[in-house]
Amino acid sequence: MDKMLYVAMTGAKETLRAQAVNNHNLANVSTTGFRADLAAFQSRAVDGTGYASRVYATNGTVGWDSNSGAMLSTGRDLDVAINGPGWIAIQGPDGKEAYTRAGNLHVDSTGQLMTASGRPVLGDGGPINIPPYTSIFFARDGSISIVAQGQTPDTTSTVARLKLVNPAEADIERGDDGLFRMKDGSEAPPDAAVQISSGELESSNVNAAAAMVNMIELSRQFEMQVKAIRTAEENGTAAAQLLKV
Amino acid sequence: MNPALWAAKTGLDAQQTRLAVTSNNLANVSTSGFKKSRAVFEDLLYQNVRQVGGSTSQDTVAPSGVHLGTGVRVVATEKLYTQGGLTQTDNALDVAVEGRGFFQIQLPDGTNAYTRDGSFQLSAQGQMVTSSGYVLQPGISIPEGAQSITIGRDGVVSVRLAGQSAPVQVGQLQLTDFVNPAGLQPLGENLLIETTASGPAQSGTPGQNGLGITTQGSVEASNVNVVEELVNMIETQRAYEMNSKAISTADQMLEYVNNQL
Repeated sequence: MDKMLYVAMTGAKETLRAQAVNNHNLANVSTTGFRADLAAFQSRAVDGTGYASRVYATNGTVGWDSNSGAMLSTGRDLDVAINGPGWIAIQGPDGKEAYTRAGNLHVDSTGQLMTASGRPVLGDGGPINIPPYTSIFFARDGSISIVAQGQTPDTTSTVARLKLVNPAEADIERGDDGLFRMKDGSEAPPDAAVQISSGELESSNVNAAAAMVNMIELSRQFEMQVKAIRTAEENGTAAAQLLKV
Repeated sequence: MNPALWAAKTGLDAQQTRLAVTSNNLANVSTSGFKKSRAVFEDLLYQNVRQVGGSTSQDTVAPSGVHLGTGVRVVATEKLYTQGGLTQTDNALDVAVEGRGFFQIQLPDGTNAYTRDGSFQLSAQGQMVTSSGYVLQPGISIPEGAQSITIGRDGVVSVRLAGQSAPVQVGQLQLTDFVNPAGLQPLGENLLIETTASGPAQSGTPGQNGLGITTQGSVEASNVNVVEELVNMIETQRAYEMNSKAISTADQMLEYVNNQL
């Protein structure tokens, strides 16, 4: 009896956890550049004496959805979106390089190019400083050119180039702060093939309909597990009744 | 209690804020010099339940771990300083800025504020003031009996007095720019004030050093795009509904346990 109870209990617990992952995705359905978390169940057999009937389920986040989100046109000069695969290199809170797809950038009071959450954006030569400008353009390859203050539009100057990287998916992981990093702590080399478009933002790649269906499925799965717990309890009660006679 | 409930709750909170921002944009669709805002979302911290790469045996490691996301938060509501359209009013004291720059306004407490709203009026002393009566800096006084007022592209204000053929220059409008205009703090009344994030104010002559030009007889319309805001509103509403559905589902799951066991 106890085995059945615990197998069903872990099933219910892990389903609830998968629901939390799913709700996290739903909560981020409009977060710029967000990558949906993918959760998957794994079976874990417990070896021991007797008949091998105990197979627990564990839930793991196996990675993230690497599909691109929809492109939203914003018309703002400092909004950049990556076309296809690739990442924008930024400086994480620990001073090391981290990667993001959220391209809503701004220039802070000292002229440094920052992300919306205040992390410096990295160029090929470290953090990017933008001199006072009249207008700013992001080229497809990440080059930033400006018309400096006091200059005419025919004198553009290239000030820096965004560091755009495209490491293999298996080599990067999401940190606890939602930023991506290389698994081995190294820095990914710049990739000239990554292209951006400015005046656009990439929306979250969470598929809302799929997440809703997943939610229903997990909910029913959970009910089945609870039903199994209930049955285990009934079996136990019946066994106790037998002994009373 | 249950992370599934709380993650969805943060989603509701964030969408609520986004709707507030959208409504404010829509409400200001005809406010002169108004700049639309946008809510910026960021995913919250992840809870590392089981470390990826932990040893599963002496030679093997777990290829995946358990990272529980805890939801979303609004990290900023930033103003978007794109140019608004110019509306012709033919009013001599309406000045629109085409390009970068703000008019500097003195608040009643002596501190400075900045605005893009150039629908000026005259005070009883003949000074150019905003619709709220705050004085434009540097102050420009229009002498009594001025027949016409002309404001040039470089901000030069000249008037023609009765009985005189040549116009007299009475002052020059100045524009102020910031490195990061999005860092200005909105005060209401179309006013913004300087913060450490915006960088220091740099004043100059309109049309020089990258500053915009002043156009008389026009006001800058709000840069709110109504269609965009309505699409935003639809998206916000649906996302709100989905998150609320997620809460009720998590609730039903727990209710089911309570009823069954």
